[in-house]
Amino acid sequence: MAVSDTENTKTLALDGWHRAKGARMVPFAGYDMPVQYEGVIAEHLWTRQHAGLFDVSHMGQLTFHGSNVDSALETLMPGDLQILKEGRLRYSMLLDENGGIVDDLMATRRGDHFYVVVNGATKQGDIEQFENRLPRGIVLDHLKEQSLLALQGPEAVAVVDVLAPGVADLSFMQAALFEIVGVPAWISRSGYTGEDGVEISVPSNAVEKVADALVADERVKPIGLGARDSLRLEAGLPLYGHDLDRETTPVMADLGFAVGKRRRAEGGFAGAARIIGELDRGSVTKRVGLSVDGRQPVREGAMVLDREANEVGKVTSGTFSPSLQRCIAMAYVPLEMAEVGATVKLSQRGKLFQATVVAMPFVPHKYHRKPAGA
Amino acid sequence: MSIHYTKDHEWVRIDGDVATVGISNHAQEALGDIVFAEVPETGKQLNKGDDAAVVESVKAASDVYAPVSGEVIQGNGAIAEDPSLINSDPEGNGWFFTMKLSDTSELDGLMDEAAYKAYCDTL
Repeated sequence: MAVSDTENTKTLALDGWHRAKGARMVPFAGYDMPVQYEGVIAEHLWTRQHAGLFDVSHMGQLTFHGSNVDSALETLMPGDLQILKEGRLRYSMLLDENGGIVDDLMATRRGDHFYVVVNGATKQGDIEQFENRLPRGIVLDHLKEQSLLALQGPEAVAVVDVLAPGVADLSFMQAALFEIVGVPAWISRSGYTGEDGVEISVPSNAVEKVADALVADERVKPIGLGARDSLRLEAGLPLYGHDLDRETTPVMADLGFAVGKRRRAEGGFAGAARIIGELDRGSVTKRVGLSVDGRQPVREGAMVLDREANEVGKVTSGTFSPSLQRCIAMAYVPLEMAEVGATVKLSQRGKLFQATVVAMPFVPHKYHRKPAGA
Repeated sequence: MSIHYTKDHEWVRIDGDVATVGISNHAQEALGDIVFAEVPETGKQLNKGDDAAVVESVKAASDVYAPVSGEVIQGNGAIAEDPSLINSDPEGNGWFFTMKLSDTSELDGLMDEAAYKAYCDTL
């Protein structure tokens, strides 16, 4: 049982709030973060059935100002940002010149600038990359005084709509400025659990008031990082530093959807030649979902073996799925082993496991998409 | 009957020359929701400190070490069927295995309940 080393970790604005709610705090991404309250499985299932409140204030909230800021960001990201309308957001990635993924992120057009949320563990490196690689004239601000909450689950939007009327009118991947208990809140209908829900950016000096107002609704419970991980895994969503890194490209990671159609035709982004080539011809390896036989979780670092027991790939995430009551994993496998239905062998600590490639998400997404034409 | 604890958070309860082994309440709390347990087979010879069993929570895998040396009498099939027993009753129905104790002097190096509690308080 590792004893947590809390030296040199930063404190969330809600640190005391989490502890008062019974959270176990662990160091993560340089912060003391709540990993669980009552237990990972109970919190996971609560989020799938009701509404879970996550403190994700360790994530980096950045703004980019400057003329033609969308085109400037497009030099480092494969998504079509020019096409984004006001208050619309998009999942994208910061790429290195070789097409490797430096980070994955959400980018929103907000008035005259872009609002970008990046991962906590990578934010300092991202900021350096942006500052070194974006054209002069693009001004990056790190919103250190903002906290970020996520409310996720089938009842999440109804809860927020009571406090901030109009939130229910947002569609998936749309955001706007609201007010919650008198606090200005940038709310987007997005998240990383596969559920309907919102992410709420508020000033850190008022985040406790907002968190209190949300958990005052009996449909809401605070949820730790442990359940956040199992929820995103069930939703087939990759976690940077585990399922994504600089050795992987968007195509290898099966995130080709994030390469805009115009971008694919025009190129002009970091690593474009390689990524467009991989879109056309396929990448050598691909991220897939695995359903693993038996009850024992197969986790990050386990080997994927071919028929002759050669190591040909790696498991990058795995757990026992609380919703499905079976073991699931993500792995990189050679393209010829990546078809749904293919069986693979896994090896973990000298023990062999049978697994089958399955389509992701493992648990269907419940995003709120308006019908076409509405 | 006497109960002893290791620094790795196993407990061992002694009844004659039969030792029952499990993980402590502190250990199950630290692990969180347990989703998998693998117990040793009957007849397996274990030396003190050997990997004896495996326990996994949603988040992590841990080995359970043999707190003493001896031959495994029986693994607890109930925890393999329902690993949550280890969370709900770690020092009772959530036991891992029984073994025939080969060297009672090995118990001298283990902590009693009071010493273990004091040890946990330092963590």
